[in-house]
Amino acid sequence: MFKKLAIGAAFALALTPAATLAAGGGEQHVEDFAFSFEGPFGTWDQNQLQRGLQIYTEVCAACHGLKYVPLRDLKALGYSEEEVIAYAAGTFEVFDPELDDFRPAIPTDHFPANDGVGAPDLSLMAKARAGFHGPYGLGINQLVRGIGGAEYIASLLNGYTGKEKEEAGTTLYENTAFPGGWISMAPPLSDEQVEFADGHENTVESMSQDVAAFLMWTAEPKMMDRKKAGFVGVLFLTILSVLLYLVNKRLWAPVKGKKSA
Amino acid sequence: MSGIPHDHYEPKTKGEKWLHSRLPILGLLYDTLMIPTPKNLNWMWIWGIVLTFCLALQIVTGIVLVMHYTPHVDLAFASIEHIMRDVNGGYMLRYLHANGASLFFVAVYIHIFRGLFYGSYKAPREVTWIIGMLIYLCMMGTAFMGYVLPWGQMSFWGATVITGLFGAIPFVGDAIQTWLLGGPAVDNATLNRFFSLHYLLPFVIAALVIVHIWAFHTTGNNNPTGVEVRRTSKAEAEKDTLPFWPYFVIKDLFALAVVLVVFWAIVGFMPNYLGHPDNYIEANPLATPAHIVPEWYFLPFYAILRAFTGEVWVVQIASFITGGIIDAKFFGVLAMFGAILAMALAPWLDTSSVRSGKYRPMFKWWFYLLVIDFFALMWLGAMPAEEPYATFSLIAAAYWFAYFFVILPILGVIEKPEPQPETIEEDFNAHYGKADANATPAE
Repeated sequence: MFKKLAIGAAFALALTPAATLAAGGGEQHVEDFAFSFEGPFGTWDQNQLQRGLQIYTEVCAACHGLKYVPLRDLKALGYSEEEVIAYAAGTFEVFDPELDDFRPAIPTDHFPANDGVGAPDLSLMAKARAGFHGPYGLGINQLVRGIGGAEYIASLLNGYTGKEKEEAGTTLYENTAFPGGWISMAPPLSDEQVEFADGHENTVESMSQDVAAFLMWTAEPKMMDRKKAGFVGVLFLTILSVLLYLVNKRLWAPVKGKKSA
Repeated sequence: MSGIPHDHYEPKTKGEKWLHSRLPILGLLYDTLMIPTPKNLNWMWIWGIVLTFCLALQIVTGIVLVMHYTPHVDLAFASIEHIMRDVNGGYMLRYLHANGASLFFVAVYIHIFRGLFYGSYKAPREVTWIIGMLIYLCMMGTAFMGYVLPWGQMSFWGATVITGLFGAIPFVGDAIQTWLLGGPAVDNATLNRFFSLHYLLPFVIAALVIVHIWAFHTTGNNNPTGVEVRRTSKAEAEKDTLPFWPYFVIKDLFALAVVLVVFWAIVGFMPNYLGHPDNYIEANPLATPAHIVPEWYFLPFYAILRAFTGEVWVVQIASFITGGIIDAKFFGVLAMFGAILAMALAPWLDTSSVRSGKYRPMFKWWFYLLVIDFFALMWLGAMPAEEPYATFSLIAAAYWFAYFFVILPILGVIEKPEPQPETIEEDFNAHYGKADANATPAE
C-alpha cells in the first residue's frame, strides 16, 4: 500500500510545477497553435524561421531588440556564411567602443539591444511568458504541445480587438491575449505588410505564427540538439534498465527460491 | 549496540598487507561495501542511492557551470545565456543542474516519508535521522541560493521575500537581514555571498552524507518489518541479511536507471516544466512580479508560513502573551521552521514500541493522511493568499503539527499493534519462499 502511495506521490510531485499553479487569474485567451517544433520529435520549419526573421527585421526591430542572440547563429536558419555577413552589415549598425563610433554589424556581434521606446527585449520572450497549463493546471501538455510561449506571442499578435483607450496620456489597445486585457503596443502587423520572396501567405495570422516560431528559436536555439540528447539518453537508459533488470533478477533468483505456500 | 557480525577484510597479497599496515583503506572500503543488509528491503529503500547520485550530478554539473558563470548583477543573467547558447553542451549542463535539484527533492521527500512510515527514525537510529534532517536543511539552503544565481525576476524577488523572513525576528531581525544580504537590499553583495555559499554547502552535504552512512552502518539498516537483524552469531545474521555488494548495488542501480529514464525525458523534452517563466526575465528591482512563488519543493512549508495570519487566534494569543514581540510575521516564520523541527523530533514524539507502520493499524491511516496533507500544502503554497485557500492552509498546517505533537504520542499508548514476524528471514520467506538449499548464492 505504502509503495503504491509513494509511487503515486512521486508522480504527483513530478507533475506539480510551481509555475502552472502560480499563474491563473485573468481571462487571457491563448490559442494553441500547432507549431512544427513541438513534441519530442518536432523540428524547426526553416522556411518559417526565415520568414520570421524577415518579419522581425522589417517590423519588430523598430522597437525591440534581441541582445542575447549572436548574429552568427543565423546560420542555423539555413543561411550561408556570406548571407549572414551580408545580412549583418546591411541591417544593423552597432556601437564599437574601440572606434568610439558606429560601424556595420559583423556576424560575431549580437543583434543590437533596443530599448528606445521601452519595449522589452525579445531574445527570451518565448520562454518568459506562460502560454497554457493543461490539462487541469498540471502543465504536462508541454511535452507534446510545446512550452506555450510561442503560442502566447502569436495569440497576442492576433488578439487585438480594435478597441482603444487613453490612460494617463498613453494609448492602450485591447488585446485578448494580454494579461489585464490592455496593452500599450499598437497592433504591429497588418495583412500583406511584409512581402516574402517566395510569395508565401502574409496575413496577420500567418505572419504572427512565423515570427512566434522565430522567437522560439531565439529563446531556445539549441532545442533540436537538446531533444536529440534527450532521445539518445532515454533510449540508452531504457536499454540499461532492461539489462540491469535481467542481471538483478538472475542475481536474486537463487536467494528467493520458490514460493511454497 | 555492536554491529552485525560479518566477515572482515583480510589482506592477502604482499602489496595489500604492506598498504593495510600503513593505511587500512581497503578494509574500510570492503567493510562498507560488504555490509550485511536486511534481505527484505523493498523498493522504498532505493532512494538513498538516487540521492547520492543527485549529489554527485549536482556537484559535477555545478563545477563545470561555474567555469562559465559570472556572479555579478550586470553579467549573471547574460552569462547564463552564454552557457545556453555558446558553451558546448551548456544547455544540457544547465538543464541537468536545474532539473537535478528537483529530482534531488523528489527523492529526499520519498526518502523522508519512507522513514516516517517504517519508523526508521526510532531508536537506535535517532542520530541517523537527525543528520538526515540537517542534510535536508542544507539542501534547502543550497537550492534556494542556487535559484538566485541566474538573477532572473523570481531569483531576485524570491531572495527578497525569503531573506525578509529573517527580518521578522524580534529586535535583531533587521540587523540579521542586513548581515545576510550584505547591504540594505538584495544586490551584488547578496549575489556574491550566495554564489560562494552555493558552492560551499554541497561539500558540507557530502560530509554529512558520509556521517549519515556511517551512522546507519553502525546501527544496521531498518527494514520493512522494523524487526532487527539477529546478531547473536554470524550464522544467524547471515540468515537475515545479504551483503550490500552485489545484491543491493545491482538492485539500486536498476532502480536508479528507471528513475533516470523519466528524469532524462524531462530534461530533454520539457526542461522548463518545473521552472517559472518569470526567471527568463532579468532581475528588475523596480518591477515586482504579479505572484512571487517559490520552487515547488518549498511550497508545503511556504504554505505553513503563510497560514498563520494575524486573524488566527493562536497568533493573537501568542502576540498577547509576549506583549507583541511575536507578531503574525514572526509566528509564521516560527511555524515554518517548527514544521521541520517537528519532523526532527519524531524519534522522541513517537511513543509506540513498534517500529514499522505495517503492524500499526491506526497509525497507517494517520500517516496516509499526512502524505495527503503534504500534497495539499504544496498545492496551497502555490495559490494566492486569499480565501478559501487561507482557511485550507490553516487546517492543513494544523494537521501537520497535530500529527507530530498529538497523534504520534497518543497512538503509541492507545493503539494495539498487529503481530510482527519473529525474524527478517521469516518475513522474507513468507514473501518469496525458502531458497533452494542446493543453490549457492552468487559471489
